[in-house]
Parts: sequence; structure tokens; C-alpha cells
Amino acid sequence: MEKTIAGKSITVNEEGYLTDFSQWDEKVGEALASEANIALSPRHWEVLKYLQNEQKNQVALSIRRIGKSGLVDIKEFYQLFPPAPLKTATKIAGIPKPASCI
Amino acid sequence: MANHLHHELKQPDWQISIIDERKGHHYQPGYLFLPFDIYAPEDIVKTIEEFIPKDVNLIRKKISRILPSENKILLEGNDELAYDVLIIATGAKIAPEETEGMKGSEWQKSVFDFYTFEGALALRNKLRDWQGGKLVVHITEMPIKCPVAPLEFAFLADSFFKHKHMRDKVEITYVTPLSGAFTKPKATEALEHLLREKHINIQSDFAIEHVDNEKKEIIDYAGRAIPFDILVTVPTNKGDELIERSGMGDDLNYVFTNKATLQSRDYTNIFILGDASNLPASKAGSVAHFEAEILTENILLFLKGQPLKEKFDGHANCFIETGNSRALLIDFNYTHEPVEGSFPFAGFGPLQLLKESRMNHMGKLAFRWIYWNVLLKGTHIPFVSATMSESGKHYN
Repeated sequence: MEKTIAGKSITVNEEGYLTDFSQWDEKVGEALASEANIALSPRHWEVLKYLQNEQKNQVALSIRRIGKSGLVDIKEFYQLFPPAPLKTATKIAGIPKPASCI
Repeated sequence: MANHLHHELKQPDWQISIIDERKGHHYQPGYLFLPFDIYAPEDIVKTIEEFIPKDVNLIRKKISRILPSENKILLEGNDELAYDVLIIATGAKIAPEETEGMKGSEWQKSVFDFYTFEGALALRNKLRDWQGGKLVVHITEMPIKCPVAPLEFAFLADSFFKHKHMRDKVEITYVTPLSGAFTKPKATEALEHLLREKHINIQSDFAIEHVDNEKKEIIDYAGRAIPFDILVTVPTNKGDELIERSGMGDDLNYVFTNKATLQSRDYTNIFILGDASNLPASKAGSVAHFEAEILTENILLFLKGQPLKEKFDGHANCFIETGNSRALLIDFNYTHEPVEGSFPFAGFGPLQLLKESRMNHMGKLAFRWIYWNVLLKGTHIPFVSATMSESGKHYN
């Protein structure tokens, strides 16, 4: 479905995840974050860029792997993106919701 | 696999060996029934020998390491075994030590698993004279073997306490790291309806940080605390340490595997069967069974130097016990989620998909016989194909 955010028209799925990453930019990210009541700090951006990069390299995302990434521990990840950090952060980052298998 | 392959690869050209350090072969789906006294230990464990074809060599030793670039297995005591083709089927097992406090002072006193024989048995002994309180059924993190088993446990517990006329004394809570009861939307809807019907509370998006043995609580990373009198947890599941020792797996010791051919990503003469792989398929017995048919074909193609078939579709077929002698059945693959319909014959059944029925429960119980007498012998189940059929299923 189409959605207008930060003055831009984007396509999202039923759960609000972008279906085309090329429509994402930092303004879209900020707007999606404020929908989740999160004001993005430089620390948030570090994590978001990391997630986008992992997605680009086709690494399956999981809380465990992020906790062991050396970038952020799980506790901080929760503080940054409450209440369900992986789901919240991937939505803001414009990447698909991780398939938590199966 | 040995039962499939020994018809095709005959002596003296071929020698098939199975290396297994254990004495008994366990029917793992039976662990679910042991805590409720539905199955007895002897229903679940048989000796390995009785399932090994005569011309297959059984080696009862622990493996120290696989040396994939030398095509060798290093056994305990420094014996070596060279191979032309290797099939890895080392499975997945629980790793409670991954979670702080899980294997603490309350382990097997009020904190139990039912994914091991010992855990299921200890839980049975606890439940036999338990007077009631807070029962928490919990999944630590995905992926786990048989992702429906914890739900089945919750359903069977509801039924168990009803029959003991003490359901009003037991509060059952289902705690999951997922955002709902299951991993796929349509099945989640059906299963959450059943949870509500059976007065089982659900706590979702719960990523456990630690178990507090003194207060008897589980606490997640967001600080949410859930108290328990009995915690039945499914700890983190991992592949065998052998995979880690051999440097062949991911961070959970699952072997990198091509999801359509079942060949190792890194070594052409290594194939992976069942839970040992990192496939994005369910870690369920039915998956291993369907894989075995395709793997047999692909190993024979590999030996002839022909291209492998990219045929495996992630097909899984699972009965879900819902208590009170009823069960659901789900049938799905990598791309198609479980939906309603009839199975295996379109429009006829006799099994109904994603709906509770007695017939499905009979199917689940019959499955133990099928496992020991048909599956382990490598016989094909009539009317059930290795790849999923879309016929009889109600997709939108």
C-alpha cells in the first residue's frame, strides 16, 4: 500500500515495512522513527546503518547476532529501539522484518 | 539415509558406515508425551542396531573432528576414517548454558526442559504430585526444533490438569520471543484462538535476559519479569559442538547448506540432513524425512558427475496436539505458509489442515508406529510427496 511520509510517497506492506529500499532516505527514517516515538540520536544512526549494511550483505538478522556484533549489546539495543528492537529498528531502517523462522 | 542408499550403493564397490556414539535411538517427538504419562520411557527409546541394514557398518565412537579438506573423520582415540561422500546428520540440541541462570539452582527442581529424555522424565515426576500454581511455558530464542512443541505442551498441560480436576489451581502462561503464537500469520491466528479458548495467557516479544532462581522469575532485556512456580523452557538450540570443532558452521553451529540441493556450501562431497543444516526450514522430523528422499537422488547424481536437482522446497508437515484427544495438522514450505484445507487428498482428507479434529490426533499417535516401522526403514509414506502439494489448500 502507498503511504505519504516526510512529504514522500512510499510503498509499505501490511505491517508498515518498506517494500522498496530505494524509496528510503534519512528523512523517511526520521519520520518512521517518530511514528515509533523515537528521536534518533547519532547512536541510533550507527545501529541503523549497521543493520542496513548487514541486510545488503544478506546476513540474516537476529537479536543474538546483533548482541555479538561488538557494536551494541542487547540491553542497549532494547533501550534504543523499544519495545521490540529488531522489529522497530528494521522498520525505521527501511529493510524487511527479519524472518524469525519457521 | 543408510536404508535408502544401501540398495543403490552395493559392496564391494561401496562401504556405508554410520558413526553414532549413542546406544539408544530416541523417538524425540515422544518427549512431549512423557511429562503427562501418555508415553512411557520404553515407547521412546530403542537400540540402534535393530534399524541398521546388514551390510552397513555401525561405528560406536565419538567424533573428534571432521577434516573436510582431507576427506577424513578423526575419531576418538585418534582413529581415522576416510570418506568419498559424507552426510552430516548431527542434529540440534538444547544449550541452557547460553542463558544466565537457566541451569542454576532450580534446574530440574522448578526449571525444566522437555527436549531431552532426562528433562522430560524429571518434569513427569514433578507434575505427578504438583499441587498447582503458575506454570510458565517459555521459548528462549528461535530457531528451535519442532517450533510447535511448546504450544502443544501448553495445550496438553491444559488438558492434563482438567482431567486431574485441578485446572482452576493452575495458571498457564505462554511466553515467546515471537510477536505471536507462531511464526506464520494464518497459523498464528488459529493457534491464538485456541490459546484464548483454553485460558492460556500469552506474553509475546519476550527476549529473555536471565532466570532469577531466588525470586523464581524470568526477566527480559526490557526489564519485564514473569513469575513462575514451574518454568518449562525451551532453551537456545544449537548444532553439535563437533561442527564448531570442525569449523564448519555458523554462530549456532549449523552447517552452511544449499537450501535447494542440500549440498554443503563449501565442500561438494558433503551433504547435510535434518537439523544440522542452516536451512531456513522448520527443524522438524518431517523435514528430515522429505529431505532424505531428495538427498538420495542428489547423492546418486553427484556420484555420476551430473548436476544436482534444486528440488528441496522446505516442505514440513506437522501435527499439533491440542489436548483432549484432538490435533491440528499443518503442511507448508519455504514460500507457502500453513492454511486451511484437506490432506493428503484435495477435498476429501481424511485429515483437515489447520482445524482441530480427532482424526488428526489419531494421525499423530499412529505416527509413532510409522516412525519405527516405516520411516527408519527408508520406506516412502504413501500419498505424501517430498515436495509440498498446493492442491486441497485454501490460499487467498
